[in-house]
Amino acid sequence: MQTQSLTMPVNAPEEHAGHDAAATQALGFWIYLMSDLIVFSGLFATYVVMAHNYAGGPTGKELFHLPDALLETLLLLCGSAVFGLAMVAMHKGDKRLVLAGLAAAFLLGLGFLSMEASEFQHMIRAGAGPQRSGFLSAFFTLVGAHGLHVAFGMFWMVVMMVQMAAKGLTGPVQSRLMRLGMFWHFLDIVWIGLFSVVYLMGVL
Amino acid sequence: MFGKLTLSAIPYHDPIPMGAVYGSLLLGMTILSLITYFKKWPYLWKEWLTSVDHKKIGIMYIILAMVMLLRGFSDAIMMRAQQAIALGSSQGFLPPDHFNQVFSVHGMIMILFMAMPFLSGLMNIVVPQQIGARDVAFPFLNAVSLWLSVAGALLVMVSLGVGEFSRAGWSGYTPLSEQAFSPDTGVDYWIWSLQISGVGSLLTGINFLVTILKMRAPGMTLMRMPLFTWTAAFTTVLIIFAFPVLTVALSLLTLDRYCGMHFFTNDLGGNTMMYINLFWTWGHPEVYIVILPAFGIFSEVVATFSRKKLFGYGSLVYATAAIMFLSFSVWVHHFFTMGTSANVNIFFGISTMLIAIPTGVKIFNWLFTMYRGRVRVATPLLWTLGFLSTFAVGGLTGVLLSMPPADYVLHNSLFLIAHFHNMLVPGVLFGFMAGYAYWFPKAIGFRLNATWGKLSFWFWLTGFYLAFIPLYILGFMGMPRRMQHFDNPAWHPYLIIAALGTFFILCGIGCMLLQLLVSIRDRHATRDVTGDPWDGRTLEWLTSSPPAAYNFAVIPTVQDRDAFWDMKETGTAYRKPDRYVDIAMPRNTVYGLAIGGLAFLFGFAMIWYIWWLALVSFLGVIAVVLARTADDDTQEVIPAAEVERIEALRRGGA
Repeated sequence: MQTQSLTMPVNAPEEHAGHDAAATQALGFWIYLMSDLIVFSGLFATYVVMAHNYAGGPTGKELFHLPDALLETLLLLCGSAVFGLAMVAMHKGDKRLVLAGLAAAFLLGLGFLSMEASEFQHMIRAGAGPQRSGFLSAFFTLVGAHGLHVAFGMFWMVVMMVQMAAKGLTGPVQSRLMRLGMFWHFLDIVWIGLFSVVYLMGVL
Repeated sequence: MFGKLTLSAIPYHDPIPMGAVYGSLLLGMTILSLITYFKKWPYLWKEWLTSVDHKKIGIMYIILAMVMLLRGFSDAIMMRAQQAIALGSSQGFLPPDHFNQVFSVHGMIMILFMAMPFLSGLMNIVVPQQIGARDVAFPFLNAVSLWLSVAGALLVMVSLGVGEFSRAGWSGYTPLSEQAFSPDTGVDYWIWSLQISGVGSLLTGINFLVTILKMRAPGMTLMRMPLFTWTAAFTTVLIIFAFPVLTVALSLLTLDRYCGMHFFTNDLGGNTMMYINLFWTWGHPEVYIVILPAFGIFSEVVATFSRKKLFGYGSLVYATAAIMFLSFSVWVHHFFTMGTSANVNIFFGISTMLIAIPTGVKIFNWLFTMYRGRVRVATPLLWTLGFLSTFAVGGLTGVLLSMPPADYVLHNSLFLIAHFHNMLVPGVLFGFMAGYAYWFPKAIGFRLNATWGKLSFWFWLTGFYLAFIPLYILGFMGMPRRMQHFDNPAWHPYLIIAALGTFFILCGIGCMLLQLLVSIRDRHATRDVTGDPWDGRTLEWLTSSPPAAYNFAVIPTVQDRDAFWDMKETGTAYRKPDRYVDIAMPRNTVYGLAIGGLAFLFGFAMIWYIWWLALVSFLGVIAVVLARTADDDTQEVIPAAEVERIEALRRGGA
């Protein structure tokens, strides 16, 4: 009895250490997304401050083409929806459907990026490049930063497709897919802000 | 092939930088050859460079901070010596070009490469142990953070011998830092070292916030967390909210400089004040990022050395939270003279004054903790007492500066320099020195020599007053900051006293180094076999000194606020567990070091326009990250028998 009261029972969490590794990683990734959101808010603030610094150059009204921006929005939103379907497939354990969903999301992202690239190209050809005025510097940087994120998300999709093909839907792979999904939806939210603040307010 | 880099970038003709270069190279070569001579490379590689153990990462952070403290302080000596002699016909020994680099690098090193690594180091060593955890949430990311900080610091050091550093101040105000006015590589060194170490700090912030939120031992509710852990939590929140803004400000300046854009230029629609707003949106919270953990240290030290529960625990937590929120609403007080309306200035002036209230609450908390306590004046408490008295002076001058009309007069004068050194030296540095003395036995396993520690403190304190009180007076006399040369003989005596103060601080730093040497010599006599050298109150004193890789063989269950004190009171502190279990710990990895090395190469390549190297090192970072994610076998198991053996050794020793 004496020895028993002197010993200390092993805690319950000890038995299944790491059971919540995925939850911890998800929280960490959420916090990373918040910090990334602050990067965007800095860029948004800069854009809003500089939105009328045309320096005698072209204005948003002259440059922006709303129907294109709407199409870009639709491509991104469809990409998110497809990714959501891929996650449903992941929970069902259907690897082929997940691969297909990721491939579709990748192609939609590619469509978005090529539209954005051609928009940039047209503007630069028309003498409205990022060096033309403070407004255009801010425009290219804000929209370009979002575009870089999309490109990174697409790169990540390729990596995940390779990992899935090589390892199958293991625990770590699923956890990474979850975080990729958070990232992909997050970019949509940023784009909605971008569409409203840059394109809609720009042509008003 | 080598971009802008040619042999002429090395300042052969300039004796002062070359002396520093030769000195650093000689010291570096000596250390490297000693390591080789004693065949310590395998040990260093296995136990330190590839380690993901938070205690070892913490120790490496603090070594980095100490080295950079010496570098930053030698810059301070040069500035004070220059100003002590550069009167009238004498131009001193530093030409303006060099003097401007010295004050720029001094500020940047002390904040970013002394204070930040020091606080990351202390957080690393202490926070997981205080919350009863075996590790941080993301051990690998922790190693990446460390090596990114080292990469940034290394870039600053390289600027000594290859090219030059920024002359635009530590804050790099535009348009001076733009290509048009600073065409050389100095500003680029400043940008990339800040940017790279900033990413490291952001990752540390995320890592420790998740650690504190997710990995506390059972029973440790938020309001049972030790104060240092609380302040670490608030600091990480500030890091997560503030550092991205710095990333933005620096990126936009980079685009201006490298791609000819017009964010902060004078022409074509640029807005220079936008940079200054962005910079201080990070810069002001940054001050609290470095000072809040120091407040946490003072709280731990005061409670332990008064043998009392902390007075007003709740009010201390809420006061710190208030400071965290307020810190984001005061940034304009750095540039009241921008010319916004009086109403805007009043808003920021009042919110600045408001910060004095929670800070005052804390001061009273610490005083009342000592009141009727059984106070032991050990070195950590001495630093705390020095802080309490000195910091109050700095706080008062801060309230003075927060009034826009007064600020218009004192702006950019030495009064301001005296004020913020009066906050940061006693507030941050004394705090970290207290933490260094307090947790040294825990991290290393033996105590620091008390005599040399106390001597160091008295030199620091005297030196601080001698160096900075004259600066207050000089500020009132109208002396601006950052002067390489002056013509007013009335200022001269005060500058000589200030230089004398720097000499005292030099003695303080000398005592610190001697203290380390003497303590290492006497380590067998001062070994801490109990793990609890100060009769501590919080969980980090439950582990052995230095702690085993897994910290706690059994995760403790927390019943009270001062968890370890409570265990000692109820006699449950050192109970043997009924059995041991296998413990899974992260495996060592070289990837963190590799990312740091590649980031250094990337920064160097960007600074010198070596585009192929920039591309290769960037792709290298991506390749390393990919290799790491492909590797799912990142843990190793310490078998229960091995845990039992280690614990038995400790019990035998104790």
